[in-house]
Amino acid sequence: MERKTQVRAEDGKQELTITREFELPVDLLFRAYAEPEIIEQWMGTKVVSFSGKRHGHWQYQTSDKEGKVVFSANGTFHAFEKDTKIIRTFEMENTGFGVQLEFLQFEPLTEDTSKLTVHILYGSPAERDQFLKIGMDKGMNMAHNRLQQIVEKLK
Amino acid sequence: MNLRRDVFQAIADPTRRAILVLVAAHAMTAGAIAANFDTARPTVSRHLAILTECELLRQEQNGREIYYHLNPEKMKEIADFIEPFRKHWDDKFNKLEDIMRQYKTKKS
Repeated sequence: MERKTQVRAEDGKQELTITREFELPVDLLFRAYAEPEIIEQWMGTKVVSFSGKRHGHWQYQTSDKEGKVVFSANGTFHAFEKDTKIIRTFEMENTGFGVQLEFLQFEPLTEDTSKLTVHILYGSPAERDQFLKIGMDKGMNMAHNRLQQIVEKLK
Repeated sequence: MNLRRDVFQAIADPTRRAILVLVAAHAMTAGAIAANFDTARPTVSRHLAILTECELLRQEQNGREIYYHLNPEKMKEIADFIEPFRKHWDDKFNKLEDIMRQYKTKKS
């Protein structure tokens, strides 16, 4: 089965690419990245500030029940072109992770479907690998016998 | 971590990836594997040595022949490395899609 969200991260490189096809027209896909109240819903974070334009900036923050900030990130937009592309920096605060540069490309496939390509550049290959590993803490469960899928991915 | 890096170096090479796919179907001898490639036999042997070193392949003696088997555990380790990250974004994107579908209905 073709997986909807794909991640390509070649060894030794300081970049990775995430691709995803959506059953949404491209304008709706773009809105999900351009409107703070929508971003809050799917990212599950508070949008503290957002200025979707060239040289605009953004800041997200997530707090726990006690109001303690558990995640905060910020960046600057270098390009913000409706239904086409966003180029932005991304930095997680107080984590020791460096700044990353993100190229988001929005493409219509049909009238009702679209594709998102997120190309991310990190400061070094080691930084990228470290970033990839954060996800492991989330304790996501994995089906055990997945060899078939893995091999298909390698083809 | 070092071992992991080695594994990733191992699969960065297209010929080695092709070898893994071949051997995934069934265990094979070095000769049988080499027959699938135009590359010189010593080159294939070197690829096999690297894959064996980082435990993606296991050697098993069967009579006079040595068969190469895929090591599923090690393969799983590779997938695990990226999988949580992928899953994280897959979940987020699924949510995005659900939310935006409502906007779609509202519009029409």
